[in-house]
Amino acid sequence: MSRNVKLGILGLAAILLLYPLLFSGAFALNVGSAVLLAAISASAWNIVGGYAGQISVGHGMFFGVGAYLPLLIYQITGLPPLAGVPVGIALSIILAIIIGLPAFRLRGHYFSMATIAVAELIRIFTGTWEYVGAAIGLQGPAVGRGWWDLTFRDETPYYYIFLGVLAVVLYVTYELQRSRFGSYLRAIKSDERAASSLGVSVRMTKLKALVLSAIFTSIAGSLYSIKTGFVDPESGFGILVSVQMVIIAALGGAGSLFGPLVGAIILVSLQTATNTWFGGGGSGLTYILYGGIIVLIARYEPGGLYEYWQRISPRLWRSRRAA
Amino acid sequence: MLLLQVIVGGLLLGAIYALFSSGLTLIWGMMNFINFAHGEFVMLGMYVALLTVTYLGGGPVLFSLSAAVTLYGIGIIIYLTLIRHVMKGPMLAQILSTFGLALLLRYAAFWIFSANVVSLPQTTLSGIVDVGGILMPMSQLVAGVVAIVLTVGLHLLLTRTNIGSRLLAVAEDRNAAMLMGIRPDRMQALAWGLAAGSAGIAGALMAISYPFSPSVGETFGLTAFVAVTLGGFGSVPGALYAGLIIGLIQALSAYWLGAIYKDIVVYAMFAALLWLRPQGLMGKAS
Repeated sequence: MSRNVKLGILGLAAILLLYPLLFSGAFALNVGSAVLLAAISASAWNIVGGYAGQISVGHGMFFGVGAYLPLLIYQITGLPPLAGVPVGIALSIILAIIIGLPAFRLRGHYFSMATIAVAELIRIFTGTWEYVGAAIGLQGPAVGRGWWDLTFRDETPYYYIFLGVLAVVLYVTYELQRSRFGSYLRAIKSDERAASSLGVSVRMTKLKALVLSAIFTSIAGSLYSIKTGFVDPESGFGILVSVQMVIIAALGGAGSLFGPLVGAIILVSLQTATNTWFGGGGSGLTYILYGGIIVLIARYEPGGLYEYWQRISPRLWRSRRAA
Repeated sequence: MLLLQVIVGGLLLGAIYALFSSGLTLIWGMMNFINFAHGEFVMLGMYVALLTVTYLGGGPVLFSLSAAVTLYGIGIIIYLTLIRHVMKGPMLAQILSTFGLALLLRYAAFWIFSANVVSLPQTTLSGIVDVGGILMPMSQLVAGVVAIVLTVGLHLLLTRTNIGSRLLAVAEDRNAAMLMGIRPDRMQALAWGLAAGSAGIAGALMAISYPFSPSVGETFGLTAFVAVTLGGFGSVPGALYAGLIIGLIQALSAYWLGAIYKDIVVYAMFAALLWLRPQGLMGKAS
């Protein structure tokens, strides 16, 4: 890493750490933790979608499983929702294997179609299954019985928990990028046939990336439901949950370490702004905007802001040096 | 007798599934490109039919043609302005482009037409016919038969005509087709027009008998995926059989299990298909 990049990362980390001190209002903190949560799930998506180039459009299924399990465990056993997090992770791993094993036998768009179909299947099924609350969904403890329930009236603890998890996800991604496994992923993304002829086990590598991605997406879902204390089929498994991960990663730059974080900062701010301007009834407009942004990225800048920055930054440095 | 009626009803709806799925499979087979907005084309066809009836009047023939022609145009415009460019880009761009398009069209429809469920006014096709003891609404019978005729027509267009040969030549080998004096870009634009047009007319045919809202596109898009997977990518006859099978399975599962299960059964079938026979019933292993 160059010195400039290191300085940039330190600056970003400092801003994220100090944000709650600078903006202490409940609204600002809420937006802050929404940015972090979106960054966590988009970074998790990035592992399989960005680095391995396998575009999942149904990652909401892992998010939803992660979101449902803590509240389900709480409703059945009365244990703190936190106890459901590992169960959610385990189920997400199983789900990832069930989808990945057959879908990765074939190349191309197959995986995308499989993910969207399975996610929809789970969403509709959850909506009819009384045991998990059907269309109404599940609720967490209304009042925390202790710190372990993680129900804080203040936003600040959530903010720092999310920040900690995001740091872990980014660190794992960073190590992955540098590892042999990371080079396998890049090889698969650029030319699957060449990678396989060089002895990369394409199917297993993709599957490992999907499992790793599913684990972190599931954790993101758990964080969401523990914080809001509520989940229903739409907020857990809805197609827009999946879409948001894709658009945030693609906006910032799929396959780059900080792309999803940058994408999350931009998109969540934009979303907050449109919701404030257009009111509650403007949610339709938000999605029109989503669709428009996705189409524009695909048409003009498929590498996202990261590649755009890579292209223009040398010119910027040069002009500054010349001045 | 009731069971027989359920079966016939399912097949008639399945014929319409076959019609719009054959459009999706055409694009897939020709360009190895999956259109996530295909269900939205069906939905747009329904609203074009509604707008035609509301502002121009006329019967099913007029609004079906109007939906077909409008969507044919929309398909070509989308190819020229968007698809042609993202085809050269990475796969992420290809998937994002039609995925974003689907969101854009779906929520634009929500915004313009509201989320309310609407239906077309009564047409000349109202009434019930009695075919050998099976009671069928006239509108569903006509729509189903027209859909089968059009799907078979599309297949004949591809396999029996000069323009069809040129389309298939581009699908087979783009460069070789270019050397034969075929312009791939024009053929691909035509394929998008045909695909969107068939989705549009399928939408109009369904709108005669079924109420609809902007969210139906999502369901139809997934139905078309299942049909294309089941029938084999790129095969129009495959899409025809698959569409009929899906219609039948939906009708039977709604009859035996309850209406909410009809989509669950179809998606579960898709998941099972993924495991057992990912190349589809009629497709070749790749």
